[in-house]
Order: sequence, then structure tokens, then C-alpha cells
Amino acid sequence: MKIKDIIPLIEAKVITPEADPEKEVLCGYTCDLLSWVMAHGQEGMAWVTVQIHMNVIAVAALHDMACVIMPESIRMEKESIEKAVEEGICVLESPLSGYEICGRLHAAGVPDKD
Amino acid sequence: MSALIHKEYPVEMADYDHAGEASADIKRQLKQLGVPASVLRRVSVASYEVELNLVIHSEGGVLTLEVTPEAVRLISADRGPGIPDVDLAMREGWSTASETARSLGFGAGMGLPNMKRNADDFNITSKVGEGTTIDMGFRLA
Repeated sequence: MKIKDIIPLIEAKVITPEADPEKEVLCGYTCDLLSWVMAHGQEGMAWVTVQIHMNVIAVAALHDMACVIMPESIRMEKESIEKAVEEGICVLESPLSGYEICGRLHAAGVPDKD
Repeated sequence: MSALIHKEYPVEMADYDHAGEASADIKRQLKQLGVPASVLRRVSVASYEVELNLVIHSEGGVLTLEVTPEAVRLISADRGPGIPDVDLAMREGWSTASETARSLGFGAGMGLPNMKRNADDFNITSKVGEGTTIDMGFRLA
């Protein structure tokens, strides 16, 4: 499944139109503790988090994640969005809760991490 | 064997806005050199953890990247304050991170164990009042 396929699924708005929507989403994850995600992140991950600061993008970029998903229409900080564009990380904003986002992704076939 | 890359990155205490920039550059440099993806990922995770540790826990220091045809080496050397009990600091879940660090989502107590897990060689020495040095090696050949 690609980023462009999950956008309608989770009713998301693309915050970084510059990012490649054809990128493959290989697995899904949700966690707000960055040091935990640092230890468990994976390539191609769609990561749901309420954290909005720049270090979120650093973690996503170091793991070559597919996208970062902000639940409940949370707005990411402007500096973080700029950083995401620079690093080629797609940021999506969804009105749904983290629980609902993960539920829909899982039901559509996006697996858990290894 | 002579070094293909030798680069030093100064990292300042509590500089959360620039945290991760050294690691991003290290990743770029290694990618350009053609370091295999599996090694690249482990180096990236370890370098980010050690860089964040400098920001969160140290009084500032320097992160050094050294690449030879055989290995990637990351050395972090700080100016203090030093770790009183290294064995305790190595334990998963143990953290002395500040409220600021925790509010940003750090301080899970995963840093040092995660570095050790990702590096092929891991060495830490610390002296209270002097500082901490972490030396990590990642085999290329």
C-alpha cells in the first residue's frame, strides 16, 4: 500500500505536498515517546504521534519512515514541517483519533512492525 | 588503514532545536560512500542516540565520525558531568532526563542500551567531574 492510498482511508490532509505519494507504506506504529520509537522504528513505517516538534522528523528520517501521521487534526510546528520537506518525509494530518487511524490501516492490510 | 572520513561535530547542551543535525549529516556522508543499508541504519540509530545524550545529559561535547574501509567508528566525548554508576545507566528504563527532555518525548531510558544493541563494539568510560566517552564500532568488512 502506498501513501496515496492511505490518505483517503484516514481522511487525511497532506501537509507536505512536496513529499512522494508513491512511497510504499510497509508497516504502521503509534507511540509518543521518541526514545522508544528510536529503538523500535523501521523503514517504510507510517507513524502516528501527537508530538509536533522537530525531533519527530529527525527520528522519522533516520529510520527512512514513509510518513508521520498527526491524529485529531493536531497541527505540526512550522519548523517541523519545513524540516520534513527538507528530509523528504511526508506529514499527514487526520481528524481521526490515533486508535481509529491504526484500526483503519490495520484493517486495510498495513501490518505491524517486525 | 587510512581514514576515508574523519569529521568532528560539536554538540551543545540543551540545544534541542539542532539535535539530530550531526546524525543527519553522518547518515548523508555514509550513504554517499555506499555503506550498506543495514549498517547505515544501525549507525544512524546509534549516532542519534549518542547525539541526543550529549544534548540531554552532558555539558556539551564532540561527536567524531571516522570511516576506514573496515569499519565506521563513532566516538562521543563530553566535558562532563560524568556518570556515577555506569552499570545503572546501562539498564533499560533507567533515566535521569530533565522535565524538558521528558516533555519532548525523551528519557525512556533506552539510549545507552539501544546504542549497545546497534553497535558491533561498544565501550563506555566515565569519570564524575571529568566526563564520559563512548566509543562504538560498526564492521564494514
